[in-house]
Amino acid sequence: MTTQTTPVLEARDVTMRFGGLTAVRSVDFTVNSGEIVGLIGPNGAGKTTFFNCLTGLYVPTEGKVSYKGTVLPPKPHLVTQAGIARTFQNIRLFANMTVLENVLVGRHTRTKEGLWSALLRGPGFKKAEKASEDRSMELLDFIGLAHKRDHLARNLPYGEQRKLEIARALASEPGLLLLDEPTAGMNPQETRATEELVFAIRDQGIAILLIEHDMRFVFNLSDRVAVLVQGEKLVEGTPQVVQADERVVAAYLGTPFEGAPGADEVAEVEAAEADADTATPTATADSTTSTRGESQ
Amino acid sequence: MTEILTKTDPATRGLVPLPHAAARVLLLAGGAATAASAFLAWTWTSAFPGDLTINGYPGGLQWLTFTAGILTVLFALARYGTPGLGWLSPTGNNAPVVLSALGALGTTWFTVIAIATDLGGLTNLEPGAYVAAVASLLPLLAALALPQQGAGEQTAKETLGHYIAKAERIPAPRATAPWIQRLVITAVTIIGLATFTYGIDTEYGELFIGYLFVVVFTLWALHTAGLVDRFSALVAGNRSFTLAMGFAAAIAFPFTQTDDHYANIGVNILIFGTVALGLNIVVGLAGLLDLGYVAFLGVGAYTAALVSGSEFSTFSGVQFPFWAAALSGAAASLIFGVLIGAPTLRLRGDYLAIVTLGFGEIFRIAVNNLDGDSGPDLTNGPNGIPAIPDLSFFGYNFGESHDIAGFTLGRFANYYLLMVLIMAIVVLVYTRAADSRIGRSWIAIREDETAATAMGINGFRVKLVAFALGASLAGLAGTVSAHVTYSVVPNPYQFAGSTPPNSAFLLAAVVLGGMGTVAGPLLGAALLYLLPEKLVFLQDKSLLAFGIALVLLMRFRPEGIIANRRRQLEFHETGQLDVPDTTTLTDQPAVTKTGA
Repeated sequence: MTTQTTPVLEARDVTMRFGGLTAVRSVDFTVNSGEIVGLIGPNGAGKTTFFNCLTGLYVPTEGKVSYKGTVLPPKPHLVTQAGIARTFQNIRLFANMTVLENVLVGRHTRTKEGLWSALLRGPGFKKAEKASEDRSMELLDFIGLAHKRDHLARNLPYGEQRKLEIARALASEPGLLLLDEPTAGMNPQETRATEELVFAIRDQGIAILLIEHDMRFVFNLSDRVAVLVQGEKLVEGTPQVVQADERVVAAYLGTPFEGAPGADEVAEVEAAEADADTATPTATADSTTSTRGESQ
Repeated sequence: MTEILTKTDPATRGLVPLPHAAARVLLLAGGAATAASAFLAWTWTSAFPGDLTINGYPGGLQWLTFTAGILTVLFALARYGTPGLGWLSPTGNNAPVVLSALGALGTTWFTVIAIATDLGGLTNLEPGAYVAAVASLLPLLAALALPQQGAGEQTAKETLGHYIAKAERIPAPRATAPWIQRLVITAVTIIGLATFTYGIDTEYGELFIGYLFVVVFTLWALHTAGLVDRFSALVAGNRSFTLAMGFAAAIAFPFTQTDDHYANIGVNILIFGTVALGLNIVVGLAGLLDLGYVAFLGVGAYTAALVSGSEFSTFSGVQFPFWAAALSGAAASLIFGVLIGAPTLRLRGDYLAIVTLGFGEIFRIAVNNLDGDSGPDLTNGPNGIPAIPDLSFFGYNFGESHDIAGFTLGRFANYYLLMVLIMAIVVLVYTRAADSRIGRSWIAIREDETAATAMGINGFRVKLVAFALGASLAGLAGTVSAHVTYSVVPNPYQFAGSTPPNSAFLLAAVVLGGMGTVAGPLLGAALLYLLPEKLVFLQDKSLLAFGIALVLLMRFRPEGIIANRRRQLEFHETGQLDVPDTTTLTDQPAVTKTGA
């Protein structure tokens, strides 16, 4: 794929401590332009903390994060201004604003009409408003929601709300888009549609950083995948490399306790699940023991 | 009677067992009789205000009974599909008839009971009063006998609910020429002005209560008939014309008054409404609960008083022209807004409310103490700054009466007209600010501050702009209020009191009228000013009554009297009501374009 070497986002030696707890430990991380990078890890691995360091919500205790060579300011709105846009894991649209208004809010950093120009309504104001609206309609067209421009965001179906959130983030003309679990709660069809959408955004020259739990989605999309476990970067590489790495398997499924988990064992579990209700608690117990790092 | 009832289809029965033909006749006859009973003498003595003793000519409250009776007849005829009246009841539902009959019943029975209690006993009632009481009962009974879906199957309570329910689907009106639409808006404006003027001019509390009965039930009837929705659609299509008509009506008000006292009420309502509209920017748009807002009105008023040339002012030699005084009042409020906002706006929600409440009180206590004793001499402490001279524009002295085209404009009428101008500015500022980049970021902050920040909005800065803008608009209104009241004293600028404006009443006007709308806070302010003014007998219980009214409103209409579209959808799960008529809901997957 398009792997140019200009880094868009560079995190150097990022450490985040909360009191005695080190949530993220000296993580180096790079996203190059035109790249889709996946960030995975079991729950509690520090993904969100790391994410918050990138978006300016937290200031890293050590290390620094730079975007296109400049160190990121420690304020979320300045990070967006610099060119990093994000979506949220649990959708955070402006529920009582219309679809178009949501995207227009996303244009905030790329327009600068203040109160005075709003009150005076000069030609410059009208031109800027028109340009914002045109650009927003383009984006709505891009995600396929142009026909719903006057609906309230809260009345959109779930999948469309996710898309609208992406359109709103794109409205700030970012160089890097951070997607926090973009397929959470989606059915397979919607997930596939999101895949296409992410590729389409990448093709516009916007680098993408994904945090995701849907492994198939991440491995399908990403040019590179980084695995975060217990605050440290375990592996980074192509999806093939990561998938094959034993430590990743161990981090997600636990260390094999009785030889390698073979095909017959999987078949056994499946048979037990399909069999009867009595088998279910066993299966559940198995999965809890195996996902060592899994804690909310 | 009963055999007909058993034969009727249960789905089209009425609640009151009456044959339909009889009900229809009784409804008309009852309405007419109610109107006619207003021509009888209801009491023997003119001790009851309004003089209801004359046979053949209605007086005072009888006019209200007459109006309500006529309205019932009109709604009934429209309900029967009388040619020419179809517009009055587009869906032909029962609710307008039932509600207008209720209005007639309410005002008539209120009058009769008021006569009996005021004068001490039923003996004070003339036969005419009994006729009116019975006559006003008939249309309601008859209206409840009209066929109604669900009657007889559901409980009486549910059926009653159906009887006063709004029509579910209001047919779109026929397309009308623009001049007809404007004619309708003009007519409604004139009727509105006349109604409002009548309400302000009511001379005694009983008349005002009767007036409230008729107005509230008539508006409710119009709402259930779907006419309010139709009119809103009409307004949406002719926004600037409606705005112009509204201001024309506001300007026309003092010319309809013969007594300057009512212009005084008018100017106070305008000051109150303008400040409420400024607060609406802070509360309604940006979602910042400000409980000390009246302080900014105070800052504006004190600034204007200090530079007014009053001999009691610390700067008694200084007399700014009004435009300069207005600007300095607004600027002083702006500075105070920024000073108070800068440290507090980092707080969210309840914390901000508490801190603003504190700052509001600090202002009042501070001006109380800046008397040269316990602080520098600036405000004369509790005595305030009296003897503020009247304004004068190009030789037009606001303190004197002027005759213009045969109308006499008194002192308050002059200030009223000035205040209309100020309100026009505030309305312009509000609408323009709301519909812009900054307005959208206010709403975004209100909706979800975290997401708004992630969209690049500097939350603190945007909130500070809202706070400062709201403050300076209040300050602007304050400069006029200082001149209207002759003097400024610290006491009115408190959190809660029995007379507006105070912070609690301002907030209530915004919430009651409808947050995020222009008309809402103005209507709320008018109501909150008029009610304590007119219902003198409530005086010491007015805060209690006011609290009860707010609780009831929050229970039944949390979005306020005039609902902002967003708010309405927020509080009532109405599904896809916001879907514009023009869009077609296609099921094609919305992703198709992204693959390209």
